[in-house]
Formats: sequence, C-alpha cells, structure tokens
Amino acid sequence: MAPEEICGILKSEFGEAVEDACLDCGRPYALVSADSWPKIARFLRDDARLGFNLLCCITSLDMLAENKLAAIYDVCRIPFEGKADLLEFVHEFAVRIEVDRDSPSIPSVAEIWPAADWHEREAFDMMGIVFDGHPDLRRILCPDDWVGYPLLKDYEFPVEYQGIPGTTEHELLSPRH
Amino acid sequence: MSWIENRFEEGVMVTSLDWAINWGRSSSVWPMTFGLACCAIEMMAVGASRFDFDRFGAGAFRAAPRQADLMIVAGTVTYKMASRLKRLYNQMAEPKYVMAMGACTVGGGPYFKHGYHVVKGVDLVVPVDVYVPGCPPRPEALIEGLIRLQDKIKHQTRAKKSMNTFREAAIA
Amino acid sequence: MADTVLESAPDLLMDIDRVEQGDVETEELLINMGPQHPATHGVLRLVLRADGEMVIEAVPHIGYLHRCAEKIGENLQPYQYIPYTDRMDYLAGMNNNQAYSIAVERIAGMEVPERAQYLRVIFAELNRIASHLVAFGTYGLDIGAFTAFLYSFREREMVLDLCEAACGARLTYSYITIGGVHDDVPDGWFDRCLEFLDYFDPKIDEYNQLLSFNQIFVKRTAKVGVVSAEDAIAFGLTGPCLRGSGVKWDLRKSTPYDGYEKFDFDIPIGRPGGTDEIPHSVVVGDSWCRYYVRLEEMKQSVNLIRQAIRNCPEGATLAKKNKTVKLPDDEVYVEIENPRGQLGFYIRGDGSSIPARVKARGPSFCNLSIVRHISNNCLIADVAAIVGSLDVVMGEVDR
Repeated sequence: MAPEEICGILKSEFGEAVEDACLDCGRPYALVSADSWPKIARFLRDDARLGFNLLCCITSLDMLAENKLAAIYDVCRIPFEGKADLLEFVHEFAVRIEVDRDSPSIPSVAEIWPAADWHEREAFDMMGIVFDGHPDLRRILCPDDWVGYPLLKDYEFPVEYQGIPGTTEHELLSPRH
Repeated sequence: MSWIENRFEEGVMVTSLDWAINWGRSSSVWPMTFGLACCAIEMMAVGASRFDFDRFGAGAFRAAPRQADLMIVAGTVTYKMASRLKRLYNQMAEPKYVMAMGACTVGGGPYFKHGYHVVKGVDLVVPVDVYVPGCPPRPEALIEGLIRLQDKIKHQTRAKKSMNTFREAAIA
Repeated sequence: MADTVLESAPDLLMDIDRVEQGDVETEELLINMGPQHPATHGVLRLVLRADGEMVIEAVPHIGYLHRCAEKIGENLQPYQYIPYTDRMDYLAGMNNNQAYSIAVERIAGMEVPERAQYLRVIFAELNRIASHLVAFGTYGLDIGAFTAFLYSFREREMVLDLCEAACGARLTYSYITIGGVHDDVPDGWFDRCLEFLDYFDPKIDEYNQLLSFNQIFVKRTAKVGVVSAEDAIAFGLTGPCLRGSGVKWDLRKSTPYDGYEKFDFDIPIGRPGGTDEIPHSVVVGDSWCRYYVRLEEMKQSVNLIRQAIRNCPEGATLAKKNKTVKLPDDEVYVEIENPRGQLGFYIRGDGSSIPARVKARGPSFCNLSIVRHISNNCLIADVAAIVGSLDVVMGEVDR
C-alpha cells in the first residue's frame, strides 16, 4: 500500500489528530498529536487494511531550534496469517509525534506492541522523553545514577563518574607537556 | 656454588627458588574469560584451533576470577562495567596480572572524544601489566603480549618486599 | 552485591501458587547472572528470580557496553563513521558497513556500480557465514559441547583469510563503504573463494552430525524457549529468531537491496519435528529451530556467493566523490538483513556533511527483549540455552 493511501485512511478515521504529513520525503510519515496516539496505534495494528504488526524502531529526535523533541515510530507489516509464504504484500509507514522540549511526555504503546517496551526505555534514557503508562520506565543503557540525557544536543559530558575521569578536561586525561 | 656440588644424587637439579617459581607461574598463566566487546572475538580465536593459546600454557580460560591468574580485558570498558571490573579484579588471587587488549582499554581508542560512557583506558580502574594495541589486535599480537608477560614474570623476584604498592592502593 | 541485585530487580508480585507446590516450603531466590559470565555472550546481565532450580522470571539488564555510537554519529562525517558501524555488531562488520552505506547512499541519492553491488553481496554473505559459525560454535559452548567451537573456528579462520585478502582486516573491515566497496578484490580471489566454498559446503552436514542431531543437544534445546509466530512479531524479533518461529520473512526477498532480487535462494524456516530429518521432539519456534535455521542459512549463503561470483561483471567498484557527500535536509530509514535480523539505520541530514542524528536499530536489541517473556518456568540451565539461541551481540544491543 502506498504511503498516500495509508495517510488517507488515517485522516479519514482520525481527522484533526493527524496534524500533518510528509509524503514525498525520504521516509514518508504522518505527524499525529500525542494525546490520540494510543488510539491511532491500536488502529494501525488492528485495522484489517493496515495491520502493522511489527514496530521496527522508535527514533527519538532532538529539534533544538524549534525547542521540541520528536519520536518517530517505524511500523511495518509482516504477513503471516497462518500461511508463511506471503512475501508480496508488504508495507511500511512512520508516525511522528512532536512534543515540547521542556516537558516531553508521550503516551506509551508498550501494551499495543510489546516491542515498544525497550525502545521507549531507550528513548527515555537517551533523550528524556517520558512515556506515560509505561510498565517499567527506567534507564536502560546508562547506569541508574547517570546525570543528564546524552543524546540531547546541549548535553555536557561528565567530567568524572564515580571517581573515574571522564572528559579531557579532567587533570588525569588532559594533555601533558 | 662449589659447596653444593656433588652433594646430591644424579638427576637432581639445583636452581634458585626464584627461577623455579617464576618458571611455574609463567608456564601456566590461566586467563579469565573477560570478553567485553570486539576484542573478545579475537581472544576466542586465539583460544581456538588455529592459534591455540594452549601452546603457551594459557589456554585454560577460567570463568571464575579465583581460578585465574591473568585478566585479559578484551574490549571497551564502560562506566557501568568499571565497578564490576574492579570487583572481579579484587576477587582474583595473587599473583595476578592484567592485560589491556585493544585500543579501547589502552586509552579509550576510537571512543576517546565523543564517548561519554567509555572509560578512557582501563588503567584508570585497575593496574595494567601489558598493553596490547590494535583495534582489535591480531591474535599474533595477543600472543606477543602473553610472551611479554611471561618475560615479566620470569624477572620477578621474591627478595623485594613488594612491587605492588599501586596495586594495593587500587584495592584500598 | 546482594543489595544492588535487590535494588535493580523489579518489584513484582509473587506467584504464590507456584511457590507452594508440594509439601516443601520453598523460597524465592534472586540470582545474578553476568555481566561477566561465560554463557551470556559478552556483558549481558540477567537477574533470575528462581525457586529452587525453576526460573520464575529472568530480567535482562543491558548497557554494560554502551559505547555512545549514536552520539559519535552526530559528530562525524558518514565516511568517518563507517569504522564505528563495524564495531556495533562485531561479528558481522560487513553487513553493518553495508547498512550504513546504503542509508547514506539513499539520502544522498548516490548510485553504486554494479560490480560493487555483487562484491557487497559476496562479502555480506561471507560474513553471514562467519557470524553463523560463531553462533554455532558458541551455542555448543553454552550447552556444554566444546568440540563444535573448535570446528567452527577452524572454518571461520578461512573466511577471515578471504576477507583479509580483500581488505587487510580480520574483524573490523570497513570494506563496504559509501558508494561501493573500498577496493577491488585481488587477482585470483574468486578462485580461492570458490575453493573454500567447495570445501565448506559438505562441512555443514558434518556440523549437523556433530551437534544438531546429537541426542543430548536436542534434549537441551528442543521445546525450550518456544516463541509463537505472533509473539515473535509482537516483540519485534527478526532474522533467524523470527524465521525459527515459522515466519517466512527476509528483507533480502521482501525489499531487496544491492541487487538481491537477481539471486535465487530459499528462506529456511523452523519446521516441526518429524518432518524430513528434524528430530521428533522439536516444536516450531523453540531454541533448536532458531539454531537450525542458521545452519540452513549458511547453505543458502554458499549458494548466493556461488551465483554472485558466476555473474559478477567487470567495472568500477567505487562511485566518485563518495568522501565529500553532502546530506540534504531530509531523513531516511533503511533496514537490511543482518545475520541477526533487521539492522536499521536512521539518518537525519541538515544540509551539511555531518548528520544531525544517527540512530541504529539493532536486531539483537529487539531479540533480547523477549527473554523476559519466554524464560518463565524453565530451568536455570535453560536460560543459557535460550539466550544462546537468540545469538545476541552485546555491541549492538548497547551500541
């Protein structure tokens, strides 16, 4: 199914909640509002025409200039329906959600796609996006006592962590002459 | 050493205690499986068919720190891992040696500049005996590293009180 | 140590029914497995909640090899970033180079010469063989069979020799690069490769005799860690883990890249026990199926390389101006079939030569997330069998 068609279905079903769409860029996506995202996600998964059963990836994005954070959900459909040899019917799509950078919060979809569990934790760890309703939202890659969200554009590297020097600003690592 | 000559039966060799102990230690350096990243694959390759670490008495990879003499830190050490590394090092029995395998453990390697979560050299956490550079080092390089370590062990002596002041400082 | 385990283990309700089986009163125990453990494939840490020998829950903790690859991607030009992709999934460097190169080529609209595409296929498949050989060998090691490891590494060294002849590196190749491949292969390389394939093809049957159909091995892996097709897709499993659950899904077929549409190959999937040579106790989606899919895939890779060598055209191997690529203000997300599953790269350009955001979707990351779901009510020893059958590479889980 072409991205235009998928976007058309979403617009007719949810109207205003689909705020914008970019269909001619490198990766076609629909911009949806954060509030209606769980509803849309469930529709994306359960609708017979769409049936996006695989959540490939959640990409978090720091848009410092617009003071926004974005999360991009890549979904695709793996046809199996009992028969394992339906390779021709393939489609994929992306949904984008933009939230305020100062208080980023997006409803969790871990119940709809269990794969979202770890992806959301990663986005929280790296960018600080809070996923409301996530069953176990804590840092996944960095240690629990890590300070800051490393993938933000204005992140400052730690000078030291638990007594181990971090950046080159530390005396043990700074260039000696 | 004329006073000792002809005092023993034939077939008995006389040597210094240092030499005998060092010979024993250097010929059975049992490494600990401390594979962290890419270098661990090369470390496995050294232990496997073609390179066969057993030829140097170091093929018995031990999973437990208490059975191991040598910790080959193979791969990038991160801050999250550093405390575990130190704990395992402290659990090893003396005499113990550390080999820093690969650029990351030598000094941060390719992750030096932008790696906010990477320890810039394992010598910031535990004392290191031998550095093996490379990204990852070839198996030949690791074998060279082991031979250097064996040379180092062979030159140790029990006469001096302790060469381990840095090591003790690290434990404390 | 115990304190840290208790702190980081999730607070979950006790399953009282399971605890109070029989007359004996038992007590739950938290066991910390890893991050330094010989059967966790690197630095994976699992916290097991066990009741005697039964595991009630296994919770993976990751991040012990978090090497900031995405942050580095935002600071380097695409051409400089290629070596870092090697180190993400260090068992399949070629495939990772390929994924990132394709992503950059798509966003910059670059064409790849035809010979380079064929060489990419050859090396991607060679690396797939090398990666699956490690998976096969270390899986044997996890289960307690040491011999398989020695056999697999013997053949793997030959693959590495072939890669070394082409690019000089054994593990971290950076051979496949933006706009093609770095250099043409040396004279006589194709003959050497064919010689290896002739030698290697019958070896796969030898592995099957050695390990796959070994009674002990089958008992340790069959019906262990069963994943249904629905669960596999819901948890985002891809690659051999998904195909082991009986789903015929391979990006090389469904959305071909680098000319995979020109090749003729099968997609092996997990089959139920009793059919063909499969042992009777096997069910679709268990650890044995995931393992066996890899062995069958190696045969397909041999087949693919033979075809590629036969049809490889002459010509250039590198597009021009590949080092000075400018990324337009656009974004692209590309997935390719890595030995472990779908490896995706997201690149956001901003008009300069340095990307604004690089995101990698590691297949092992998603594959590992199912451990908590499938390791309920299994034995502690089965946890090693389950994690080994997923064939995770921690460099890519943590990135």
